[in-house]
Amino acid sequence: MIARIVAGEPHLFHDLIRPYERRVYAMALSFLHNEADAEDAAQDAFLKAFRNLAGFRGESQFGTWLISITLNEARSRLRRTKAAPMTSLDLDPDEPGAVSPALLRDWREIPSQALERQEVRVLLQEAIAALPENYRTVFLLRDVDELGTNEAAAVLNITVASLKVRLHRARMMLQKSLAPSLKHLNPTRRWFQWL
Amino acid sequence: MVIECKHVWEHISGYLDGTLDPALLAIVQLHLEHCEICSAILDSTRNILILTADDRVFELPMGFSERLHSRLDEEIRSAAG
Ligand SMILES: [Zn+2]
Repeated sequence: MIARIVAGEPHLFHDLIRPYERRVYAMALSFLHNEADAEDAAQDAFLKAFRNLAGFRGESQFGTWLISITLNEARSRLRRTKAAPMTSLDLDPDEPGAVSPALLRDWREIPSQALERQEVRVLLQEAIAALPENYRTVFLLRDVDELGTNEAAAVLNITVASLKVRLHRARMMLQKSLAPSLKHLNPTRRWFQWL
Repeated sequence: MVIECKHVWEHISGYLDGTLDPALLAIVQLHLEHCEICSAILDSTRNILILTADDRVFELPMGFSERLHSRLDEEIRSAAG
């Protein structure tokens, strides 16, 4: 399909990108923290991909290449809006040092129906957006976009070993920030109206 | 072999992904059977991963696709013209 687009059927680009719209938007949103900016960044990423499609060599998958463009777009927008880059505050993401989870005695399953509630979706989005960039990108690629370990490591240009360390920490950080607040959403009274 | 809680936490991700080697898996599993704190951490983490992977978390804003594809149409037309 890419060869045909480059060879003179540009309208096929519409179909090529449809499966990636949500992934690109989610990545942009997790950096920019606001829907309008995320949408702008996502549009620009798709346009850049279109303009540079002839230069796409197919060494990686199209989706992988597209998400790299999105990462660059989101990072450069963040640099423009913030005087100091956030990443300088991050610890070395691959240094030893464990993230302690939130300690609970029991866990009552939160059903997926809870996501019908706007406040629950916002809670999850904000917790992901609050992760340091090095962990957030790994988490989004692996656990939200469900890319394979090797593919995700290739997008981020890191080793598989450091990808695994970062993914583990991202998950533990989310457990730590989300488990207590999810637990306090009063499951008995409110969840069950969706069951 | 006995393993401390904080060492079990290091393997939660591997446990969920099914990438622990069999010997370690057996040790972790045995601990989970007896430790309600580690079990709750495992269950809550798994639950959170299921929720965050749901398509509804990052729903596209209304009209996102329409706006994107009409911008693309403009781009395609100007590239052609
Ligand atoms: Zn334990």
